[in-house]
Amino acid sequence: MQQVSTPSQTTLPLVKPHTRLAWVGQLFFIVLGLAVVYILGKNLISNPTLFANIFISGLQLGFVYAMIALGYTMVYGIVKLINFAHGDVFMVGAFVSFFAVTRFNLHQWPLAVFPSIPPMVGVVIGSISVIILSMLICIMLAVTIERVAYKPLRDAPRIAALITAIGVSFFLEYFGALNFVFSPRFIPYERPFEVVAWYIKGGIHQVVPGTQPPDGSITFSNILLIIMLASVLVQIFLQFLVKRTKIGVAMRAASYDKQAARLMGIDVDSVISFTFAIGAAFAGLGGVLYAIAYSSIWSQLGILPGLKAFVAAVLGGIGSIPGAFVGALIMGQAESMTMGYISTPMRDAVAFTILIIVLLIRPTGIFGEPEKEKA
Amino acid sequence: MLLEVENLNVYYGAIHALQGVSFNVEEGEIVTLIGANGAGKSTTLRTISGLLRSRTGHVKFKGMDISMMPAQQIVRLGASHVPEGRKIFSPLTVRENLLMGAFTRTDQTEIQRSMDRVFSSFPRLKERINQAGGTLSGGEQQMLATGRGMMSRPTLLMMDEPSMGLSPILVEEIFSIIKEINAAGTSILLVEQNASMALSISHRAYVLETGRIVLSGSAKEIAENPQVKSAYLGI
Repeated sequence: MQQVSTPSQTTLPLVKPHTRLAWVGQLFFIVLGLAVVYILGKNLISNPTLFANIFISGLQLGFVYAMIALGYTMVYGIVKLINFAHGDVFMVGAFVSFFAVTRFNLHQWPLAVFPSIPPMVGVVIGSISVIILSMLICIMLAVTIERVAYKPLRDAPRIAALITAIGVSFFLEYFGALNFVFSPRFIPYERPFEVVAWYIKGGIHQVVPGTQPPDGSITFSNILLIIMLASVLVQIFLQFLVKRTKIGVAMRAASYDKQAARLMGIDVDSVISFTFAIGAAFAGLGGVLYAIAYSSIWSQLGILPGLKAFVAAVLGGIGSIPGAFVGALIMGQAESMTMGYISTPMRDAVAFTILIIVLLIRPTGIFGEPEKEKA
Repeated sequence: MLLEVENLNVYYGAIHALQGVSFNVEEGEIVTLIGANGAGKSTTLRTISGLLRSRTGHVKFKGMDISMMPAQQIVRLGASHVPEGRKIFSPLTVRENLLMGAFTRTDQTEIQRSMDRVFSSFPRLKERINQAGGTLSGGEQQMLATGRGMMSRPTLLMMDEPSMGLSPILVEEIFSIIKEINAAGTSILLVEQNASMALSISHRAYVLETGRIVLSGSAKEIAENPQVKSAYLGI
C-alpha cells in the first residue's frame, strides 16, 4: 500500500495513523479474496454449466458497463469531473430508441422504402438507424449539458461542477419521470429485432421461441453477441481515435495540460465538447442495447448502471480507457456471480463494496498512475 | 512592425503585475526582456499569447489587434509561445508532441518537412521519437519544447527562460539554435534570467522591474549600462 505524503508546514510531531493496525486490514482483504476464490472455485467444479451461464450473463452486463464507463473515464481524464449525469444520458438513449421504434417504426424504414430487400438486411439497417438516432440525440443532450451546466464552472472549484453534475442527473431523472415525458412507470420495451437464443448441449441448437432450453445447457443470445461486438468495436475505435488521430492526440494533450494545449492552437473548449460527445454516443449505444437486452425501461434506468460503470472506471483507474473496459468486465462478473451464488438483492451492495475496497487498497485503480504534481 | 505592445496593465487578483508595459519587436529581430524573478517577464509573454488579459492598452501583431483574441487563434496568426518550464506533454511521445505543435496546420507533407527540420537541429529528438516526452532529460525537453514551438512555422517565437535548469553546454547549444532559427527568418522575443547569454545574441533589450520597463536600447547599450551590469550581469 502506498502512503501519500503531503508536505506539512506544521512543526508538530506527525502521528502516523493506522500503521500499527495496517496488517489487520491487509489480512482482512487477503482472507476476503481467498474466500471469493474458494466459493467461485467450488461452484465451478460442482456445477460448471451453471457457472458458465452466470459468467455469460456477467459478460453481457460487463460489456454494457464498459460502454458507459468509457464516458466517465474520458470526461474525467480531460476536465477532472465525475459526470454523474452520464448514466441519465444512457437512459435517454434507451428512451429515444423506444420512441423511435414504437411511435415512428423507424426500425422498419428500410423495408417500407425498399420492399424488395431481404427482411434480414432491412432489420439490420433499421436497427442500426435506431441506434444512430439515439446516439445523435445523446450527443446533443450531453453537449448541451456541458455548455449550459459545466462550462461556466470550468474555473470554479471542482466540487462546484461535481455538485452541478449531481443536479443535472436528478433533473434528467425527474424531468424524465413526468407523465408527458417518459412517465414514472416501467414501460415494456418493444425491440427493433427479435431475440434469438441458442443453447449448447452436444452442439449448438436454437432455442424454440416460447420454450425453455433443456436443463443443464449453456444458453446465450444474439443480444449478448451484439453487445460484445459493439463494445469491442467501441474500444478499438477509441484506441484508434486516441492514438492515431489528431483530435485524439489533442484530447490527450489537453487532458494533461490545458494551457499548453491552447498555446499549440488547440481549441480546448471544442476538444472538451468533443469528449463529452464521444462519451454520450457510447452511452446512447449502451442504452439501446441495454433496453433490448432487458426489455423494460423507466426514467431512472440510468442510475444504477451509471453508478456501477462509474465504479468500474474507478476500479480500472479513472482516466484510463483500457482500465474502464477491464473494470467494467470485472464489475459485470462480480454482479452476476453475486446474483448467482449469494442473492439478487446483494448485487448492488457488492458493486459499491468493490468501490470502497478499491478506494482503500488502491485508489488509483488497476491501470491508474498516481497523479503527478505539476509545477 | 511585427509586434507592438502598448500600455499593458495586468492583474493577478489585487496584484498589479504589469504596470503600463510597452515595447515592440521588428521583423527579423531578437529582442530580450531581462529582469529579476517576479518582474513580470512571463506575465508579459502570457498576455501576448492570449493566456492572460490586459485591462488596458493593446497588443498588435502584424498590424492586427490581438488583445482579445483567444490563444488558439493567436498561434494561427504566427505567434508561437514556448512556455516557462517547457510544458511538454509528458504522456505523449516526442513525435506526438511535435505534431501538436503543428496542430494549426493541415498539409501532411509540409508538417513532415518541418519535423525533419526540427530533427536536423536536434538529432537527439529523432533518436527518442517514440519515447514519452516525460522521460526525456531537462535539456532534451527544452529541445522538444523549442522544436514544438517551431512546428507551427511562426513568424514570432516567444521563448520563456529557455536556459532554465540546463547545464552551461546545453545553454550554449540552445542559444546557438535560437540564433539559427532567427537567421532563418523568425523574429524572437526572449525572456531570460541569464541576461549575459541573452544579451550576447540579441539585437535589442528591455529591462523590466516590478512590472515596468525601466530601460531599453540595443543589446550592446544595455549590456554596458552600469546598473544592468551590477544588477543582472553580476559584474
